[in-house]
Amino acid sequence: MNGPLQIGFIPLVDAAALIIAVDKGFCTTEGLDVTLIREVSWSNVRDKLNIGLFDAAHMLAPVAIATSLGLGHVKVPIAAPINLGLNGNAITLSPALHAAIMAEIDGDRFDPMTTALALARVVAVRRKRGTAPLTFGMTFPFSTHNYQFRFWMAAGGVDPDEDVRLVVLPPPYMVDSLANGHVDAFCVGAPWNSVAVDRGVGHILHFVSDILVRAAEKVLAVRQNWSDRNPQVVAALIRAASRAAEFIRQPQNHAEAARILSSPERIGVDAGVIQRALEAGSGFHPMALRAQVAGVCWWGVMAPRDRIRRRPPGFMRRWCIGGRPPSVRRRSGPRWRCSGRISAMRHWGGGVGPGDRTAGPVKAFAGPAFDPADIPGYLAALEGRRRCLNGSLMPCKLNY
Amino acid sequence: MGEVSPKIVIVDESPIRAAILEEGLREAGFTGVVHISEMQSLLAKIYALDPDVILIDLENPSRDILEQMFQVSRAVRRPIAMFVDQSDAASIQASVDAGVSAYIVDGSQKERVKPILDLCISRFDAFAKLQNELERTKSALEDRKVIDRAKGILMKVKGLTEEEAYVLLRSTAMREKKKIGEIAQSILTASELLK
Repeated sequence: MNGPLQIGFIPLVDAAALIIAVDKGFCTTEGLDVTLIREVSWSNVRDKLNIGLFDAAHMLAPVAIATSLGLGHVKVPIAAPINLGLNGNAITLSPALHAAIMAEIDGDRFDPMTTALALARVVAVRRKRGTAPLTFGMTFPFSTHNYQFRFWMAAGGVDPDEDVRLVVLPPPYMVDSLANGHVDAFCVGAPWNSVAVDRGVGHILHFVSDILVRAAEKVLAVRQNWSDRNPQVVAALIRAASRAAEFIRQPQNHAEAARILSSPERIGVDAGVIQRALEAGSGFHPMALRAQVAGVCWWGVMAPRDRIRRRPPGFMRRWCIGGRPPSVRRRSGPRWRCSGRISAMRHWGGGVGPGDRTAGPVKAFAGPAFDPADIPGYLAALEGRRRCLNGSLMPCKLNY
Repeated sequence: MGEVSPKIVIVDESPIRAAILEEGLREAGFTGVVHISEMQSLLAKIYALDPDVILIDLENPSRDILEQMFQVSRAVRRPIAMFVDQSDAASIQASVDAGVSAYIVDGSQKERVKPILDLCISRFDAFAKLQNELERTKSALEDRKVIDRAKGILMKVKGLTEEEAYVLLRSTAMREKKKIGEIAQSILTASELLK
């Protein structure tokens, strides 16, 4: 029914819904001829989607927003009809930093506020001794990982731009960089945290689901004008990815899904490691595995709700990411076309149903719940904001 | 060139491609060219060199590291801008097709960078062609070996001369609409199975 589609992805477990949709034939059932193209950088995924080499892409939610706003790059309106996953990242520390933070812990080590305060003490001691600032690796300037690190540190009183170094690292380089001391910690998605634990070079400190509740992680991104011209194709893609997500959620399918995902042209990481991430994402992980599984990603293809989709622009504004305070007008950013998704589901006979975990408040371990209707009020309540270089100096008390 | 040549950094793990590009740039009068092949501490190296233009191949995951330079922060002294205007989609298309991306450090003049990018695109294209040719030559050599062994088997089993064995291979390939190499390979496989 349709011409062949090229879809770009980055080898991460949260591309699972797309990979399974293609490799298990859910796309073929929908009459879609999809070729998945494994990419090495988010910049490539963004550029190839922008210029039309890709019809759709597995994309960091904040990149979809930044591209729609033209932040730091060419402006191309992007539509994100579905979330490919919520959460799923984790913060992993080198053994040395882990030991330093544990030595400063005063309270529950699983509480991000406790660890953030401990980090602030470690940072203060290093500054007094004249030791180089700690370096934290994250995956892209416009990434949930960046905001999750910043939110956590700032809560303890650490200024992410002044007190530490936040650097971008491609996910496959994370583990080696931690092992050779290039970074002291990283925030990344599955499977890389588990790989670091397995190699004995890292300790998982937090799942990001402990830091920001219901963080939109990756989306299926398409160009707005392409989506307007091809509504049937978008609906078919949504149905195929939804079926794939449903398949992945079933415990009896984890081994098969992990085997498919582990192939060299997909994620290319040991199936056992991937299976652990899938099990964790489905809520089947005992506490004993807590230190080994990488993050808790909620599987499912979900209609992004207003609260979820509008939080990343709020964080961009807080830290002046993009070099200037981006406008967070009500209609800024990509259009998340929930209505299209719901009608696609109705067509399939499914529902927004039990797999939809996006309902409920969008919270964090510190600060108020996020209110999409009052972003300035939310940011004012957080207090710790970046001084905008081209604008006014904002107070930076960094209580949160 | 009347003015000082802009300082250009090439980030590429392929030494041959980087050499081809560097040579082209030098011939065109761009003398300040430095090649970085080691991705460890990439940003620190770039800051130390303080270039006006950065060229990076698209197969390099470290491209995302450079994107960090779009940000204004303590870590970034001279932020970079994208190499083209919003309107210049053709340039982006051409460079992505060629497999290279360019970044201009803020303050550099755009019109001076355009010829650098154009040259870079054509050299990348030339390199890709060279590589394809090399691949073709390699597989032709591989085919040649397989065909020689298949001829040997046919000569031995059917008592043919070398000439007759080759004619048989070629006519079979034509009849089956396959490459001679493929027919030769199936003879090798079959003889392996029948051993």
